[in-house]
This record gives sequence, C-alpha cells and structure tokens, in this order.
Amino acid sequence: MGLATFKGGIHPPDKKTLAAGSSIVVSNPPKIVVIPLSQHIGAPCKPIVSIGQEVRKGEIIGEPGGFVSSPVHSSVSGKVVAIGEFPNAMGRMVNSVVIENDGKEEWTSLKDNPDYMNLSPEELREKVKAAGIVGMGGAAFPTVVKLSPPKEKAIDAVLINGAECEPYLTADYRLMIEKSKEVVEGLKILMKILGVQKGYIGIENNKPDAVAKMKEAAAGEAGIEVLALEVKYPQGAEKMLIKAILGREVPPRALPMDVGVVVQNVGTALAIYEAARFGKPLIERVVTVTGEGIAEPKNLIVRIGTKVADLIEECGGFKGGVGKVISGGPMMGFALSSLDVSVTKGTSGILVIPEDSVSHVEEFGPCIRCGRCIDACAMGLMPSMLSVLSEKGHYEEAKEYNLFDCFECGSCAYVCPSKRPIVQLVRLAKSMVKP
Amino acid sequence: MEATKKEHQLIVSVSPHVKTDETTSRIMWSVSLALLPAALAGVYFFGLRALFITALCIVSSAVFEQLYFRMVGKKSAVGDGSAFLTGLLLGMNMPASLWSFSPFTVHVPVIASFVAVVITKQLFGGLGFNVFNPALIGRAFALISWPKAMTIWSEPTAAFLAMDAKTTATPLGILKEEGVVKLLEVFGDKMSLYMHLLTGNRAGSIGETSAIAILIGGLFLLYRGYITWHIPVSFLGTAAVIAWVFGGKGALFTGDPIVHLISGGMMLGAWFMATDYVTSPSVRKGQIIFGIGCGFLTMLIRLKGGYPEGVMFAILIMNCFAPIIDRGVKSKVFGAVKQNTAKENK
Repeated sequence: MGLATFKGGIHPPDKKTLAAGSSIVVSNPPKIVVIPLSQHIGAPCKPIVSIGQEVRKGEIIGEPGGFVSSPVHSSVSGKVVAIGEFPNAMGRMVNSVVIENDGKEEWTSLKDNPDYMNLSPEELREKVKAAGIVGMGGAAFPTVVKLSPPKEKAIDAVLINGAECEPYLTADYRLMIEKSKEVVEGLKILMKILGVQKGYIGIENNKPDAVAKMKEAAAGEAGIEVLALEVKYPQGAEKMLIKAILGREVPPRALPMDVGVVVQNVGTALAIYEAARFGKPLIERVVTVTGEGIAEPKNLIVRIGTKVADLIEECGGFKGGVGKVISGGPMMGFALSSLDVSVTKGTSGILVIPEDSVSHVEEFGPCIRCGRCIDACAMGLMPSMLSVLSEKGHYEEAKEYNLFDCFECGSCAYVCPSKRPIVQLVRLAKSMVKP
Repeated sequence: MEATKKEHQLIVSVSPHVKTDETTSRIMWSVSLALLPAALAGVYFFGLRALFITALCIVSSAVFEQLYFRMVGKKSAVGDGSAFLTGLLLGMNMPASLWSFSPFTVHVPVIASFVAVVITKQLFGGLGFNVFNPALIGRAFALISWPKAMTIWSEPTAAFLAMDAKTTATPLGILKEEGVVKLLEVFGDKMSLYMHLLTGNRAGSIGETSAIAILIGGLFLLYRGYITWHIPVSFLGTAAVIAWVFGGKGALFTGDPIVHLISGGMMLGAWFMATDYVTSPSVRKGQIIFGIGCGFLTMLIRLKGGYPEGVMFAILIMNCFAPIIDRGVKSKVFGAVKQNTAKENK
C-alpha cells in the first residue's frame, strides 16, 4: 500500500521462488569461450589479438571502436584459437574471439587498492572505462558514456536499479543479499564520479529481505536512500524507476540525464566497485539459470563467452521436453534458436520453458478494442491502435500514435485477450519508417 | 523423436514469452454469464415465450454466422462466443409477445439476428471492426420494420406456460403518454412503483425488466475487470441529473431520477450495451465522454422525442462517435508536456 510506482503496468506471476533461494555459486570454468566483440550498444570492438596468441585472464582482446563503445577482455587464460563470425543470442553473426581455456587462471594484473575512494572522479571514470563496463540489466549501454554527461546537463541523483521486475530472474536479488556492501560502494563511486549528493536504491517490494539488507548496508552513508517500490512490471524500466523514486518524467525521446538522473543496475554497481578497487575488468557476471524446464535452477557467476549449453548442463539439464530457451527474462528476452551461443555482458538470465507450457501455433485474433493494453502501457500509448495500423501497413500514421516512444516492454501483448503480437507489430512499424 | 529432441529443437518466437490466460472467448462467455440473472428474470416474468424468443435469437445468430463463414470460406469463429452473446442480447431486447403465430411474428427475431450478425458485424469486417452494436442494430431494424409487433407489451404473467397474455403499456409509455400521476395510479404509490421496476414485475423487453438482476450482472463484470466504471457511471449519472433537472412537470429540479434510471432499457443499456468494447472508445477518458453522450441523448429522446424510450438510439448514435472520441482524446504519453505530440513527430 502506498509504495512508490508509476501509472500503468502489469502483474505477471513473478516465479522468482524457483531460483531465489539458491546462493550465487561460481560456475565450472568453461573449456572454451566465444567472446563477441560487440556485446554493447554502439560501435563493435576491433580485435587486437591474433590466432595462436596466448592471453591471460582480464587481458584486453578488443579495443573500443568509438566513443559509444566498450573494450572486451578475455575471461580465461589460454590460447586464441579462432577469430571470426559467430551467432549471438539474437541470431545475428558477430565478430568474436574464441579462446581455449588452459585452466591456469592467470590474471593480467589485479591490484587491491583499498584507498579507491580517494581517487579523483576522472581516475575513477577511467577505471570504469578500462574495465569495459556496460549496463548489465540487459541493454548493455556503455557505462562510461552515461558517466560523461555534457556540461549543460546537471546531474543531481544516481539511481541504483534493484527492481528486477522481469519474472523468474533473481541475479540482482542475490547480489543485493550477498554483496550489499559492495553494491553500496559502487553507488558511492558513481556519486563521486558524477559529483552528486543523492543516491537511491529502488527495490520491488517482493524482495523485502533485499530491501532490509540494502538498508543495513547503506545505514550511515550520507545521502543514500533505499526505497521499496510497488511490485509491478516494468518497474525496472529507467523511466518508470525515475518516476517512482523521484517523481520526474523523462520527456519523450529524451534521456534520464535530461532530468538530472543517471540510472545503473545493481550488477553494474558491483562491477564498478570491483573495477575501482581491484582494477578488475568485466569478464564475468551473475546469470540466473531458471524456469520450469531446467532441473536445478541456479544463480551462477559465469565467464563472459561461456556457451549456454554448458550452463544448461551445469544446472542438471532439461527437465521434461524442452520448449523455449530464452536469453533474459520472459517479457523482453530473446528465444534462442541454438544453445551454441555465448553469455555476454548483458545476459541476466537463461530461462527454460518446458514444451507443454509453450503454445506452438501462436494464432491471434482481431483487436476487440477492450483497452486493456492502453491501461497496461507504462508509456501512455495506445498499443491497440499501433498494432492495427501496423497490421494494415499504415506505418506513417502509427507515428502519430507515438510509435517511437514504445520501448517494447511487452505489457500490452501480455494482457491482450486476442493474443495479438503487438510488440512485434510495433517493431515492424518502427523498421518501416524513420523516427 | 526423443533423439531429435536431444538435438534441442527449440521453439523460437517473439517476446513476451508469457501471456495472460484471458482470452476473447472467455470474455464473451463471461459477459453472457453475467446476463443470465436478467435473462432468467425475463423468463420468470414473461414465461416460456421469453425463453423461446431468446433461444431463437441465439440459435439464429450462431447459424447465420456459421453460414456466413462457410459462404466466404473463412475459418469459423463461432466458438468465440460473440455470436452467442449478440443473440442473447438481441433476444433480451425483444418483447416476449413476438412468440405469436396469429398474427405470425416469429420471423422477426430471426431476421433481426441476420441483420445483427451478418450485416452489422460480418459485412463490416467481423468481430472488432463493426461500427455499431450488432444487437442494437438488429433491434432497431426490427422496431422500424415491424413497429406494431415490436411494441406489444405483455403484462408480466404468473402463468409460466401461457402463450399469450393481456397487453399493457410499459412504465415509460405511461409516463410519456399520460404523465407521472397516472403512472403512480397504476402502480399504487411511489414505493410500489420502485419495487416493481427493481424486481422486474412490469411490462417491457425480456431482459430489461429487472433492474436488480441487471445490476448483479453488471457488478460481476466490474468485479472481474471485464468492464470499468467509466461508461455505466457517466451514462447513468448524466441521465439521472437530466431527469432530476428537466424531468418534472413544469418546474425545474422536480423530476424523479430513480424512475428513469430503473425503467426501460437504461440499466441494460448502461451496463451491457454501451460497454461493448468494439463500439465504444477504448481510452478511459473517452469512455466518460461517450457515457455522458449516451445519457444526454437518452434523456433528450425520452423527454422531448417521439419515442418513450431512447437508450437504443442514444447508444447507436454514440457508436458513430466512438472512433472520433478515441482519436480526439488519445492517451497521455508519458513525459509529454502537451497532450498531443502528433505535431512534434512530423
């Protein structure tokens, strides 16, 4: 009652109990990793290693290809055996570096610097950049870009996104329970880099123990507030989180920095702490392997480049007939066509839906104009109109219904009683017209 | 088979990968269920004839829809329940006296069903594309084509099997023709009038008689989230205010809003006809405008028009405006300063 939130949204069953009780464990070291050189939004990296070259753990293997880009590091020590195009989770071919793990786990250089809070904002920002940190909630936007706002954008608050509103996923939840201090440290570093006095950690209230843990960890830290938020999808969308915590609305087509805010995910905050303190690059992340179709749901620390097939095996394999394997959550994740794809910096979960829970033939009916999607849309759009206009090919007209404000959270398609593929129709329309 | 499964034949489809188990057909059947109390009240008061008429409309609607699908070679969607619902609503909007073989009027519900399902719905593109409420067009067609047969109102009878009954005027008919004094005279006193209207013990269409039975169904829909308050409340609220202000004889503010709310087709219209998804606005704010329009037009016809009852025409007229209302109000885009960002997009 009375918890902060936004208007609209939906309440899908959260299914978090499947994996919520499993502590984070380090996954088996992969024998081979396929590390894509483009795991982030922005320019792909240029490979700076060659076939046959020995690399160490944490060694840079791909240089950023522009300002909006992020370096890529080796997640194992061993030998580069191939460089070439491999499919990523979305099925696109991406230039990747294949490294055979020699099992020695030799690091490049990892130095503990307990004095990291005395570094200057510039030095800290440089560490975040060098560590190749990107948004780990799924979008994988290079973090350093968010931390370098233009001068005219005055930032006054940093938000840590602990909403984890996607059903099934528990990676951020486990981090908040097990690494609460480190997450708070990450937030402090962010505040220092951006020179702001206020930091907030927003957590959906279906994780009361995480709220308690984070409150405990943040006790006595000046300017940091931990807030329980209403449980409602998509509470973890940047704009919705900012609205819930600060009451500010990011205008259409604008960025959080336009309302003075930078939002970072829980996992990203931890990575920032580890980069600042140990100089550790982003070579591993917590991945929730879960769903009714997996034998033993787990929260694993996984090296970037590990094959999804390896994770499935480590979690006891499939339970029952396998239907869908999804990279990410059920609302916005991608259904994989092959298990031979890599975990990347943005992979928050691997979700297995058993065959009998998937409808094979997704037939859909006409829009009956019931308005459920309009009520569900967190962006205040009319998904019903967008879907009908797109279906009929009236893409230009769809723009008048604010087509490009849709961030494809899927709430509309979730509530649609006619089972219309509204999100897909929106994507189609977006691809047919210029913004 | 097992071996190929081991090769991971993965199902790939677009996000979201989870969906609500709510379906269009479940909505249609739920609305039909919500109409049951009112339909049963109709059968209770008007006897077996009411059941025959309602069943005839349902069967005709389903058969005509099935025939249409077969004729145009489309996959049958009769199972979605929308033809059943249209037939049920149509039947509930007809007088029980239509079940008469001399003069023969049994064809009226059949033809009205054809007009509702085939002409009003399917020829406009099928479910989701019809401009007008199919059941109401069916009824309007019947009323205009067979004005006499459609306005023979039987007295509520206790004889369940009786195939005819004394005819009488509806409460609204009396109110229109002879005024409120006569109406009170017929029913005894005010309390007795209210009770007759609430329980349904009065002349009228089969399904519109019992205000309480309709309200039970309406509240069920509200509770289950199948409708929201916007249309019924704005519809009934507007009608009540107008009835109170202008409904009296002579002086303003002397009308009786309660009589107007619970007589005629007001309750059935506000809860079940105006709330039809397809033919009403889908933006909540637009639904309020729509409801106000329905209430206003209903009372305009009742107080100033030639017909004693105006619900049907009011809703049909507002049906025309539903798409325009949706276009006009739109929903407020998150973060937008102005309500309509269409111009900025160009």
